[in-house]
Amino acid sequence: MSKIFEVPLYPYQRCADQDQATPVRHKVVVVGAGPVGLALAIDLAMQDVPVVVIDENDKVSWGSRAICFAKRPLEILDRLGCGDPMVDKGVVWNLGKVYFDERQVFGFNLLPEEGHKRPAFINLQQYYMEQYLVDRVRQLQAEGKPIELRGGNKVVEVTQDDERAELTISTPDGPYRVQADFAIACDGAASPIRTMMGLDFVGRVFEDNFLIADVVMEAKFPTERWFWFDPPFNRGQSALLHKQPDNVWRIDFQLGWDIDRAEELKPENIDRRLKAMLGDDISYELEWSSIYTFQCRRMDKFHQGRVIFAGDAAHQVSPFGARGANSGLQDTDNLAWKLKLVIDGKAPVTLLDSYDAERVHGADENILNSSRSTDFITPKSEISRIFRDAVLDLSERYEATRPMVNSGRLSVPCTYDGSPLNGDDCALMPARTRPGSPMVDAPVPGGWLLDRTGFGFQLMTIDENAPEALDVDGIEVKRLALTTPGDADGYLKQRYLGDANSAVYLVRPDQHVAARWDHYDEAAVKAALLKAIGR
Amino acid sequence: MTALNTKANINGPDEFYADLLSVHEGLTKEQSDALNARLILLMANHIGDREVLSQALRAAALKD
Ligand SMILES: Cc1cc2nc3c(=O)[nH]c(=O)nc-3n(C[C@H](O)[C@H](O)[C@H](O)COP(=O)(O)OP(=O)(O)OC[C@H]3O[C@@H](n4cnc5c(N)ncnc54)[C@H](O)[C@@H]3O)c2cc1C
Repeated sequence: MSKIFEVPLYPYQRCADQDQATPVRHKVVVVGAGPVGLALAIDLAMQDVPVVVIDENDKVSWGSRAICFAKRPLEILDRLGCGDPMVDKGVVWNLGKVYFDERQVFGFNLLPEEGHKRPAFINLQQYYMEQYLVDRVRQLQAEGKPIELRGGNKVVEVTQDDERAELTISTPDGPYRVQADFAIACDGAASPIRTMMGLDFVGRVFEDNFLIADVVMEAKFPTERWFWFDPPFNRGQSALLHKQPDNVWRIDFQLGWDIDRAEELKPENIDRRLKAMLGDDISYELEWSSIYTFQCRRMDKFHQGRVIFAGDAAHQVSPFGARGANSGLQDTDNLAWKLKLVIDGKAPVTLLDSYDAERVHGADENILNSSRSTDFITPKSEISRIFRDAVLDLSERYEATRPMVNSGRLSVPCTYDGSPLNGDDCALMPARTRPGSPMVDAPVPGGWLLDRTGFGFQLMTIDENAPEALDVDGIEVKRLALTTPGDADGYLKQRYLGDANSAVYLVRPDQHVAARWDHYDEAAVKAALLKAIGR
Repeated sequence: MTALNTKANINGPDEFYADLLSVHEGLTKEQSDALNARLILLMANHIGDREVLSQALRAAALKD
């Protein structure tokens, strides 16, 4: 049986654009059918923005790559109609253990907060996620939504003027050209489009190599994340063990800088490492192995006129903290509704600058967190190693230093503090739902709060009156009316009211809070809405 | 705002100083460095207040 990532999913087929003498003009062309490109295209198509996705390949991601998906991306995937298959297939985990040398230093429980539809994390191979996204594309096509997926199409040239981007695409039948109001480059960390446009991608290179071995084995280990600092089986380095569905285990060995890649990747050498770690009597099948190095870097600007960058093409982080795909999905969540409003002529094109402001902020947060994890895992100086080891030694006995142990700070959603789109705030209300924050889920009568938001602007009222719908310069704002008598467990009070007796939240199409008040004031809502669309 | 106490605050300064040296007795340089690091971390946790810690970091760097 071939592995899921070896089967062509969207093989090359000749399309009508290739027979035209002049380039066909599209609304949006997305380059790259990785998780980010696919999610963006689905988001646009669900809002009836015609979109064509182009990929040089025709399969899901080679090997597992990303395995750890956080709650916020799962909520985004819910909005896109892909959350259920992910969570049904994924492995939910909350427990972790940290080892130093030969000793277990401590164990932790992520203690997920109650009152959310989705768990804090699931583990799932990236190829499954991409498969579910492609399934969703097919489903939307069957519903007549304007979305096309072209495999075996490779972008080889990009030009642009004030009104359009033009792409030259090479195919087995020769090259053709297309134009688009916007071309979105989701073409991965090595982004050929970024290179073609001569744009910088600067940051910090980490001089280290990591060997990934994804193995299929019947193991009795619990569903926990195990992390070793300086273990006997990998002296001076780190190691990680984490479970994926189908009895696949992610094993990650830090190797250091001066290594012989070809030698390390030989099955007999991987076997020697696995046996040293797990015992001589293990039996397993190697599903995928790879050696990776990483960098923490980002583009100066993600919005480059008619070409916009998202996902790994725009920013890259170390895998510690599971922030790559997770943050890429937050990019598309942020970008899709803005593109829709601009293309429909309801918002000025400068609204797209706020994508830059908000997601550059998100990328910087991720780069900061993953650089700090990396500095803890691989101390860069003698004194940094002394402190790292001191933290680990103390943590075995005392709770005091455990919060400093950093084997990856797992992805948390980004709050767009200081965003130009943020409007009024109300000081009586909880900080976690301040303007710029993603909404916090809560049970509401008949389901979940987040399932009742998204795509359009909404006015969420709690114990306060407001019109059922407002029209602000052609933009519809629908009311979502909630009451505290319907909030038996007090989640709305805890998450949205705080010390206020009533609340009115203006919610963006990406489920982020735009502004909030303790009473309804039509003029204030209108002003906040115009601000939130860059007018 | 709490300020870093840079006035003399330890009852029995000579005894404390002697205690400090005695925990290092017989240790190699490497072991002493490790002990110092653990000591700093424990004391920092005891202080807890980030503002006081920042002042202590600056004061220790002889920056103020
Ligand atoms: C070992 C490892 C572990 C990771 N673990 C995690 C994790 O636990 N959680 C997490 O969130 N992230 C993780 N990541 C990161 C995650 O894999 C990436 O962030 C994610 O794949 C980025 O998605 P993307 O769509 O931006 O790019 P990609 O997935 O790289 O997709 C880019 C696509 O563009 C196409 N393309 C490229 N050039 C062209 C061209 N010229 N024309 C047409 N198409 C083109 C490619 O064929 C490809 O399909 C991990 C990464 C690695 C390597």
